Order: sequence, then C-alpha cells, then structure tokens
Amino acid sequence: MSVLEKPPPEAEDHADHHHPEPFWKRYIFSQDHKVIGLQYAFTALFFLLFGFTLMILMRWQLAWPGRPIPIIGGLLGEANAPGGIMLPEFYNQLGAMHGTIMVFLGIVPLAVGAFGNYVVPLQIGAPDMAFPKLNMASYWCYFPGGLIMLASFFVPGGAANSGWTSYPPLSTIATQGQTWWLVGMIFLITSSLLGSVNFIVTIFQLRVKGLTFMRLPFFVHAQLVTSFLLLLAFPPLEAAGIFQLLDRVLNTSFFQPSGLVISGEVLEAAGGGSPLLWQHLFWFLAHPEVYVLILPALGIVAEVIANNTRKPLWGYKSMVYATIFLGFMSFIVWAHHMFLTGMGTTISSFFQTTTMIISIPSVVILTALFISLWGASIRFTTPMLFALAFLPMFGIGGLTGLPLGLSPTDIHLHDTYYVIGHFHYVVAPGTIFAMFAGIYYWFPKITGRKMNDFLGRLHFWPSFIFINGIFMPMFIVGLAGVSRRLWDGGEQYAHAQPVLEWNLFMSISAFGLLFAQIPFMINLFWSIKKGKKVDSNPWQATTLEWAAAPSPPVGHGNFVEVPAVYRGPYEYSVPGHPDDYLPQNLPGKEG
Amino acid sequence: MQIPYTIEERPDTGLYNAKLGIWLFLASEVMLFGALFSSYVLLRTGDPGFMTMSHDVAEALHLEGHAHRWSDVLSVPLAFVNTLVLIFSSVTIVMSWASLRLKDFGKFRLWMGLTILCALGFMGIKAIEYSSKFSHHLYPETSNFLGVYFTLTGLHALHVIGGLIVLAYLWGPGSKMWKSQPQRFVNRVETVGLYWHFVDLVWIFLFPTLYLL
Repeated sequence: MSVLEKPPPEAEDHADHHHPEPFWKRYIFSQDHKVIGLQYAFTALFFLLFGFTLMILMRWQLAWPGRPIPIIGGLLGEANAPGGIMLPEFYNQLGAMHGTIMVFLGIVPLAVGAFGNYVVPLQIGAPDMAFPKLNMASYWCYFPGGLIMLASFFVPGGAANSGWTSYPPLSTIATQGQTWWLVGMIFLITSSLLGSVNFIVTIFQLRVKGLTFMRLPFFVHAQLVTSFLLLLAFPPLEAAGIFQLLDRVLNTSFFQPSGLVISGEVLEAAGGGSPLLWQHLFWFLAHPEVYVLILPALGIVAEVIANNTRKPLWGYKSMVYATIFLGFMSFIVWAHHMFLTGMGTTISSFFQTTTMIISIPSVVILTALFISLWGASIRFTTPMLFALAFLPMFGIGGLTGLPLGLSPTDIHLHDTYYVIGHFHYVVAPGTIFAMFAGIYYWFPKITGRKMNDFLGRLHFWPSFIFINGIFMPMFIVGLAGVSRRLWDGGEQYAHAQPVLEWNLFMSISAFGLLFAQIPFMINLFWSIKKGKKVDSNPWQATTLEWAAAPSPPVGHGNFVEVPAVYRGPYEYSVPGHPDDYLPQNLPGKEG
Repeated sequence: MQIPYTIEERPDTGLYNAKLGIWLFLASEVMLFGALFSSYVLLRTGDPGFMTMSHDVAEALHLEGHAHRWSDVLSVPLAFVNTLVLIFSSVTIVMSWASLRLKDFGKFRLWMGLTILCALGFMGIKAIEYSSKFSHHLYPETSNFLGVYFTLTGLHALHVIGGLIVLAYLWGPGSKMWKSQPQRFVNRVETVGLYWHFVDLVWIFLFPTLYLL
C-alpha cells in the first residue's frame, strides 16, 4: 500500500503532463467521472431534501387540516396557501412533485449518476467512463430537466398536479404545469439514455486484465442490470410523453376517449383515444424503475456487508444470477399496477403470476445477504448500521407487496395508504438508507477523510426510529381503506375516523426525521475539511477502488498504474493469509 | 489519460467502444419505436372508427366513391419513391464505408455525398407530402390516424435530420480525421452507417403499416 501513497516520479510524469484546466472545465463542464459523480451527488441530495420538504408541508396539512402553516406559510403565495392555509390544488401539486422529484431527480441520479459514476470505473480498474463527453452531456441533460421541474411551480396554475403517474385524461386537461413536467421528463429520459449506454459499454469494455464477470463486485453487476433497465424501459415512457405532449399542445386524441364530458362540456377533440394506453406505457417504465431504485441499493449493501462481516458474500453467484433474472422479469409485471382498470381477469392472472415469480429472485438476494451475517464478527461501523437496517426494512417492503401483487387483495388495498407504506418501505428506509451507507462508506475514497462516527450514530438511530414511525402506521390506515390522495387525510369519511389519530403521529415522526438529518448535513460538510485523515484503504477492503487506487484517486486516470486482477471480489479471512483481507489486485495464487 | 478500446477492438468482446455504444443506443431506439408501433396497433384495434373517414370530409377532399378510409389521403406513390430512396441510401453508405476500407478517399466522398443527397431527397418528398396534407386542412388533431401518421413519420424525419447532420459532418469537416487517425474515421463511418440502416428499417415498417394496410 505504501507505493500508492507516494506515486513513483516517472508515473507522475506520465500522468500529469497536462496543463491545469480552468475552473469551469474542471468543475462545471468536467469530463472526469469523479467530478461528474459528485455533481450528480450534490444535485441529487439537494433534490432529495427539496422533495422531502414538500412532504413536510403535506404532513402539516394532514396532521392539522386547514390550520395555517407556521413560519413559511406566508411565503407560499396567495394562489397556493391564502393566509398560510393550504389549498387542495396546492396539496395536489406537492403530491405529484414529491413523487416525481424523489424518484427521477433524487434517488435514481444519486444511485446511478452519483454512486455508479464514481465507483464503477474505480471498481473495474478503468481510467474513466468509456465516453467522458457523453457522461458530461448526461449530467447537463439532468440538470436543466431538474430546473424545468422546479420552475414549473411558478407558472400559472402551478406545477403538475395529476400525481407522479400523470394519468390522462386528468393530466391532459390539467394546468400548464403538466406541459412543463412532460418537457422536464424528456430531458431526464435523454440523460438516463446517455448514462445507461455509457455504463454498459464501460463495464463490458473497460474491465482490467483478469477481471472476469464472475470476479466483478456485486455493485457492478447491480449497476449493469440497472443500466439495461434504464436503457430499455425509459423509451416507452418517452413515447407516452410525446403522445401526451401532443394531446396537450396540438389537441390530438391519443389518450382522449370520444365524448369526454368535463364540467358539463363535451371536450373538443377527435376522440377515439385510450386513457389506458398511457397507463400501460407508463408502468412499462415505472415497474422496471422500481428495480432501478432498489438494485444499486442492494449493490451498496452487499459491498458494505462483505467488508464489515470480513467474510465472502454467501451465494455471490446466486445473487448475480438472481439479479439478471430480476432484470428480465421486471419487464413483464407492469400491469399489476392496473388490476382495477377493468383490463380483464385473464390479463390480471398473467400479471399476478409473473409478480409472484419476481419475488423469488428478490428473496434470493435478501436471503443471501442475511446468511452472509451468519457467524461473522461484525464491525458495527456507521455504513454497516445503515446496511443492517436496510435488510429488514426492504424485507417489510417486499413482503407487504405480496397482497398488492395478488389481484383479489389488491382490489381492497389499491390506492390506499397501504400502497404508500409498502413502496416507501422499499425506497425510503430501504434505498435511501443504503444511499446513506454508501455515502459513509465511500466518503474516505472521495476525500481521504472519514466522516464522524458519533454524528453518524446521531443520524442513524433517530432516523431509523422516526422513519418507521411514519410508514408503519400507513399499513393500519391503509387497511382501514383510507385513500392515499386525500387533502384532509380522510377527515370527512366515516370509515377513516377510527384511524384518523395516526395522522398526527405520522406527521410528528416526519418532522422528527427532518431534524434527524441535521447531524448528517453537519457531518457531511464538516468532514470534507475537518474529518479524520485516513490512508488509502481505511476499511481494509479487497475491491480495486480501495486496494489499487489512492484516496482520493489520481485526477486523470484514477490509478497510478493500471492494476490487474487475480481473484474474486470478496476474499476476506482467507485461511493461511496473514491479513484478514486479500485484495483482488495482489499477485499470487489465483483463488 | 487514454481510454482503452476507443479505436481498436477489445479481444474478448470483439468490439470497439463506439460500436457497442451504437448497438445499445439502437436497442433503446427499438424500444421507442416499438412502443410507438404498439400504441398504433392498440389505438387502431381499440377504436372501430379509427380508419373511417366521415362522408363530409371525403366530400371536401373530392374523393370519389364510398366508404373512405383515412389512409386514402396518403400518397402511396410518393412514399414508395421515398422507400426506394432510403433503401438506395443504405447501399451507398455501405459503399462509402467499403471505399474507406479500400483506402479510396475519393470514392468515399462520392458515395457519402450520394447518401446525403438521398437523405435530402427523402426530406424533400416528405415536405411535399406534409404540405399537401396541411393545404387540405389535415392536421394531427383531425383524426387519430392522422395523429399517429404525423407523430411516427415526424419522429422518423427527426431521426433522418439527425443522421443528415452527422453524415454532412463526416463528408465535410469531420473527414480531416482520415489524415490523422484513419482507423478511427473508418469506425465513425461504420457507426453512423449502423444508425442509418436503423432509420431505413423504421421506414420499411412505417411504409406498409401506415400507407398500405
């Protein structure tokens, strides 16, 4: 390792004969995957916080319907919240934009754009992504897409308000914000297309010598399958987005049925369109998208667990095959979101069968991760805490999905708070916790310093408690039949009365969760300059990004000298080896 | 810093980076046009009146006979000529690539120039078709068939324009690369050729499904 800390002089000569680049080229229009990864990371973290803030406003309204919002209530504008009291129209905007922002501008860019970009080339020993210019273009499609989404709050009628799913005909007749939403989505789809092509080519083409597919870290496999999902699932949404845009702008009738009557007036359009067509195209993207949200998270958790249990992952090969199978299956389960649309029992039977089948590879992966813990002397580092919490949280999210995947039970649960509880368990204490694990885990790689462990625990424990406080009661509320889109939280419905008290409990938990993020924000920025300095491999890890590259990696080309790989990714506690880890790039007996 | 396999092929995959990249991009495009065609099928089978043109419209267009379909307003001869033009351009782009492989830069310029002329010709005929529709007050909103027609052929035309820009670049200023990095230039022509074949292929599906069926 000492070689890495002081690069030999001749290597430095080779690597650094370029001129210092101007600021804008180095940090703004950068083509370095590490800088682009960080651009993605900070932009995505901003959007996650922003999307969360929208939810905080909604939770205030749900806890105390019709009461003025304190402090910032007056800033929301007379059109949205006169006297600080939230109007239903504004509540709908917040709901639609919370979903859109969290999924398309927060988690996916963080999981793929940030972690994938920064870590994948390092883990496969590549000097950069295969197409650095495309990588830059990908970020610069994502960023304006996000700006368009933000700007839509200020157009007449406000942002999109037809739910994050934008079902027509509601979305076709919605205010101008919906058009902005569609244009923003086209930017985001372009960004994801450029990114996914780049990832797949990078992983296939730039693996170093000796790094066969079955020696790739699980994180790389997860990113590879994720990229295929993005590549192939997003275009149908793009087609749907184009159709909806034309319906709105040119008054075509792709999604407008004949004789649609709105507020007593027959809609002036040729008609003959199919609103269900949108749902099919939308969910053809949006179900694989669920796996886009969860696979990188599983990848991060696998890395952290292998490293902190000091054991090889249990069933690495089964996990890889399960991931690939999951990727295939995710394309033929989409209509389980549409059991209530009247598409017919035959189709419902097909999709509930495929949905039950897709739970198998998910269970394989989760079980393998659980068994990996067996008999380990676990290091309870901050990333490990988040990774450990991920396992049962994702488990709850997955198991509560079974009644939704079966058509008979889904008819009762559809569009209730139960659904909200289910998928938030997957993406919030699931994926977002894994993202936190990833940030704590790879922070020393990026900065050469560790994040503070005390603040890390101060972040973890309250977050863990509060996040369950938000989502666990949703199952109760949902089973009682309360719809997910009610502006007053169900106050005016008789069947909601027995469970109404949970609204306050959930809201207070949400406010608690917001405060629990303060230690994280302090920790993140404070540790960049003041964190404890560490050597290039502080976690004593085996994979290339730690074992072969200095921390932070060399500006151009990542590695001081191109590494070669001699063994699998998780050779921890190998009998007969003096250390409890055997890096992939250490020459010696292949194993 | 040098990214491996930008020019030469990686031995175990047999591909250089851009070639794999363009195939993946085309896979994504297949999903885009696949979704568009599927939507067309679903809309057409889902609405019994999808193809039926009302009597008033047929009269206003001076169509003879009874029972008119929306596809009657499309010009099959023009589209047929366009099909031939595109197929011919697929041949010429292969010839331009083959000429480069034979190190005949002059022939490359010739065949690539022909390809560009074909693309321009296609767009010219497309423009005649579109303007004749507009002059008869036939717009995307007029009927769902016309909506599908304008959306699908419009997106295809955007792909032709995109290809045209790249072809023109490789014919003109981009061809300087032949002097400095000949293999890389051959790769570029091959890559855009693959894209061009795809654009051609989309039209080969569009022509029968919109004009003939």
